[in-house]
Amino acid sequence: MNKINIPTPLRQYVGKQASVEVPGATVGEAMNSLVAQHPDLRKHLYTEDGKLRAFVNLYVNDEDIRYLHKEATELKDGDSISIVPSIAGGAGS
Amino acid sequence: MATTTEIPLTLNRDEILRYSRHLIMPEVGMEGQQKLKAARVLCIGTGGLGSPLALYLAAAGVGTLGLVDFDVVDYTNLQRQIIHSTADVGRKKLDSAADKLKGINPFLNLQTFDTRLSSANAMELFRDFDIIADGTDNFPTRYLVNDACVLSGKPNVYGSIFRFEGQASVFATKDGPCYRCLYPEPPPPGLVPSCAEGGVLGILPGLVGVMQATEVIKLILGIGDPLIGRLLLIDALGMKFRELKLRKNPDCPVCGTHPTVTKLIDYNEFCGIRGEEKPVASGVPEIQVEELKRRLDAKDDVFVLDVREPHEYQICNIGGYLIPLNDLPKRVNELDSSREIVVHCKMGGRSAKAAAFLQQSGFTKVQNLAGGITAWSERVDPKVPKY
Repeated sequence: MNKINIPTPLRQYVGKQASVEVPGATVGEAMNSLVAQHPDLRKHLYTEDGKLRAFVNLYVNDEDIRYLHKEATELKDGDSISIVPSIAGGAGS
Repeated sequence: MATTTEIPLTLNRDEILRYSRHLIMPEVGMEGQQKLKAARVLCIGTGGLGSPLALYLAAAGVGTLGLVDFDVVDYTNLQRQIIHSTADVGRKKLDSAADKLKGINPFLNLQTFDTRLSSANAMELFRDFDIIADGTDNFPTRYLVNDACVLSGKPNVYGSIFRFEGQASVFATKDGPCYRCLYPEPPPPGLVPSCAEGGVLGILPGLVGVMQATEVIKLILGIGDPLIGRLLLIDALGMKFRELKLRKNPDCPVCGTHPTVTKLIDYNEFCGIRGEEKPVASGVPEIQVEELKRRLDAKDDVFVLDVREPHEYQICNIGGYLIPLNDLPKRVNELDSSREIVVHCKMGGRSAKAAAFLQQSGFTKVQNLAGGITAWSERVDPKVPKY
């Protein structure tokens, strides 16, 4: 099992937890487990055709998966995944 | 990474006394203080992030500070924008900021730009400064600042906040990544809430803004390890700081080896915002607060649905039936589609989404209360507090 760190804007979709433990040998598998457990999260992270949204980045420990093997990046014991969306604060809507 | 301007500016006796605590440290010394005096830093925004940023840079002896802000001080700003005080409500933020900055440091060469930063003026504005500090509050401006920094070769000291979390980094240095290397595309409007709808812990921009000021000073002095290629994640509730590695993306459209963006674009269009910045759910009929009041007074059969959160209902309400927006799909069966339903929230954004959802679910008699309970307070019943 590996830990996925959930950023504040998305915690409401995982029962307010700051991190979730999921099974999975790769990043892709772990993320699938995550959205299977918490289906409300899916549309915030993935487009309709299953691609990770461009304003969301995934890191294994401190490395961006785009520079590893993307969703095929293998996970070892103790590795944690971080979901890091862009934030801008401020302006009202 | 020192600035490229020359350092002939000497310090007078008053300045030497003023900056004594810098001067007695070998890492700064006379040479470092002179570098600070020669530096020209442009702060975009004098709000949450800009307040501590500008205050500390002025105190530290940065010689020239530029401030860009077109906004006016609002009462709700005072919870976190500490450069402004109660007496400043209603004043231009630039005027309020100028008073405090010159009050702290009369040696400051302050330049104010009462304008909205845009593709038409950014390159020209950035030209006379060495470092840009981004304290803005919306995605289009973030991308604009980033691109203009890369195109003009100036580092972008970045900070951003949301509720209890923040990010900080230094973008757009020659060999380092830029903001687009990290986030090639912005989120669609309305997907990431703002401070007005999501709230922000007042101290948070203080924490992050001072980190930005720290990075500016490190760049000027050429000391320490700047946050180049590093994204600092700040979790104020846990008081935890984490760091992620950022890499320059060779395919980055702005700073990569074959850039496709060689001049500034329309950033509102890039961020999917057309015309107004407010995302509006099209096709949902609106009702004005005066009309709702008239109908309620006439005892018409109108069902008022409030889609705010329980803690907001406790602040104030107009007796609506509360189903928070996120719970609506699960609780839609509590509503009677044969009745006329007026949906409201705080300002009209969430209720527009709720009304659109109800329409898609087959409700035909749905209207969105334009301006929300805020408009009700302003135009119908001032006894309802605004928040």
